[in-house]
Amino acid sequence: MDGQPKLRPGGSKLTHIPGAGVIARVDPWWGLVILVAVLIVILVTAKADPFRNILLFVRHGIVITVFITAMAFMLTLLLGLIGGLGRLSRNRFIYGVATLYVEIVRGIPLLVQLIWWYFAFPVVIQTVGEWLNFSAMANYHANPIFTAIAAFTICYGAYMSEIYRAGIQSIPKGQMEAARSLGMTHFQSMRHVVLPQAFRVVLPPIGNEFIALLKDSSLVSVVAVADLTRRGREFMAVNFNPIEVWTMVALIYLVMTLFSARGVAWIEKKTHIEK
Amino acid sequence: MEPIIHIENIHKHFGMVHALRGVSLDVHKGEVVVIIGPSGSGKSTLLRCINRLEEYDDGEIVVDNIPLDSAQNINTVRREIGMVFQSFNLFTHLTVMENLTLAQRVVRKRQKNESQKIALNLLAKVGISEKAQAYPVQLSGGQQQRVAIARALAMDPKIMLFDEPTSALDPEMIKEVLDVMLALTKEGMTMVVVSHEMGFAHAAANRMILMDEGQIIDEATPEKFFASSNERTKLFLSKVLHM
Ligand SMILES: Nc1ncnc2c1ncn2[C@@H]1O[C@H](COP(=O)(O)OP(=O)(O)OP(=O)(O)O)[C@@H](O)[C@H]1O
Ligand SMILES: [Mg+2]
Repeated sequence: MDGQPKLRPGGSKLTHIPGAGVIARVDPWWGLVILVAVLIVILVTAKADPFRNILLFVRHGIVITVFITAMAFMLTLLLGLIGGLGRLSRNRFIYGVATLYVEIVRGIPLLVQLIWWYFAFPVVIQTVGEWLNFSAMANYHANPIFTAIAAFTICYGAYMSEIYRAGIQSIPKGQMEAARSLGMTHFQSMRHVVLPQAFRVVLPPIGNEFIALLKDSSLVSVVAVADLTRRGREFMAVNFNPIEVWTMVALIYLVMTLFSARGVAWIEKKTHIEK
Repeated sequence: MEPIIHIENIHKHFGMVHALRGVSLDVHKGEVVVIIGPSGSGKSTLLRCINRLEEYDDGEIVVDNIPLDSAQNINTVRREIGMVFQSFNLFTHLTVMENLTLAQRVVRKRQKNESQKIALNLLAKVGISEKAQAYPVQLSGGQQQRVAIARALAMDPKIMLFDEPTSALDPEMIKEVLDVMLALTKEGMTMVVVSHEMGFAHAAANRMILMDEGQIIDEATPEKFFASSNERTKLFLSKVLHM
C-alpha cells in the first residue's frame, strides 16, 4: 500500500489527469512579469544615475515592505480562521463577538485604523498605566513595525474571516453529516473533513488578499516606517527627481504584485482542475 | 428480547412543519426493516433521528440500551450505527482508502496498518479493490455508493441505516449496490432501509412500513404488506410498482 504512488489530483503526479496539460504549458502572463523586471534592469544599468542610486537607497525599504506583508499575512491566516469559525459558531456570544469585530473593522478606513493604533493606542496604554501606577505600561512606546503588522493583521483578519466563513459554508452539509455519523466529534469533523476542503476553496481569494495587503502596506509610510514608499519619499526629498523616483518605486511594486498574481493564478488553476 | 432500536412516540418540528407525529418503532437484532412512503412523509427525518443527525422535540430513542441523551452517548451510539446517504457523501478530498481509514483511526484509534487491512478486506467485499487509490470523483455513482457502504462497515456497526441508497443512481448501477446490501442482510446485519426498490424489499425485508404525514400508517411482513387491505398502502404500492 505505502509503496504505491498516490494519485492525488493536483499533486505532483498530475499528468494522467485529463486537462492537466494546461498547467504544463507556461502561462503567457509570466511574460509581463519578466518584461517589468527587465525594464528595471535596463533602467538601472543604462541610466545608473539616478536609477541605480534609487534602487540602492530603497533596497532596505523593499525588505521592510516584504517583511511586514509576510508577517501580517501569516497572522491574518490564523486570525481569519478564528474569526471565520466564530462567525459560524452556534454559541451566541462567540458569534456576537466575531460579528462585532468584522463589522467594526470593515467600517473604518485602513489608513485611519493604522493611525489610530500608532498614535492613539499608545496614549490609551500610557493613561491606563499611569492610572494603575504600572510603569511598564506608563512608558509604553509603539514599535512602528510591530504596530504596523498588528494593525494590518487586525484589519485584514476581518476580511479574511468572511472569506473563511464563505469557504466553510460552501462545503456541502453532507460532508459534516457523514463525518458525524461515523462517530467523529464536531471538532474532528471540522479538522479532518470540512477545513481541508474549505481551504482549497479559499486559496484563490486568500491569494488576492495577499496582493491587496502588499499594496496597502505602502500606507505604513505615514507612520514613520521606512518601507519602500517611505524610502522613495526620503530619496526624493534630497534629490528632487519625482519622475525617476516614483517610476522606480511603482515598477518595484508592480514586479512584486504581478509575480504574486501569477502565483495566485497558478493556484486557481490547480484547484479548478481538482474539482 | 430487548429491541436494539427502541423508538417511542417521537415528535419533530421544522418550524411550522410537524415532520414526525408520534412515531413508535422497535427493531430487533438481525431484523431488516424497509420503510416506504411519499415524499415529505418523514422517512429521512426518522432515520436521521435514530443517529441524532436530527434532534427530536419529544419522545425517546434507545439504541442498544443506550438512551440518546448526552453528547457522549450520542457519539457512542453513532459509532454503533452506520449510515448510508442518498448522495453518498464520500469525503471528496480523500482517496477511497483514506475515506475508509479516517474514522477508524480518529474514532476507533486503530493503527494505520490495521485500518488499511480492514479497508482492503471491505473493498474486496464490495468489489472495488482496484479503486483503493482513486478519488471519489473518479468513480461512478454505483462505485461511490459501494465505497460509502464499506466506509460505514469499517466502523464495525451493529446497525446500518440506508436512506434511499439507490435513488441517485443510474438504473444499470442500482443492482450492484442492492447486491451488496443483500449480502449484508444474509450476514445478519440489522438494517433500516428507506427504499422504493420493491424487489429488494421482497427479498430482504422482515418487515415493511408505510409512512405518511409523519406517522406510521401500515406495518407488516412483506407477504402481508403487498396484499394489504389498507387503502393507503394499496394506493401507494400501485404508484411505486408502476414507476
Ligand atoms: N432541514 C429541514 N428544514 C426544514 N424542513 C425540513 C427539513 N428536513 C425535512 N423537512 C421537512 O420535513 C418533512 C419531512 O421530510 P423528510 O425529508 O423526512 O421526508 P422524506 O419522507 O424523506 O421525503 P423524500 O422521499 O422526499 O426524501 C418535509 O415536509 C420536509 O419539507
Ligand atoms: Mg428522504
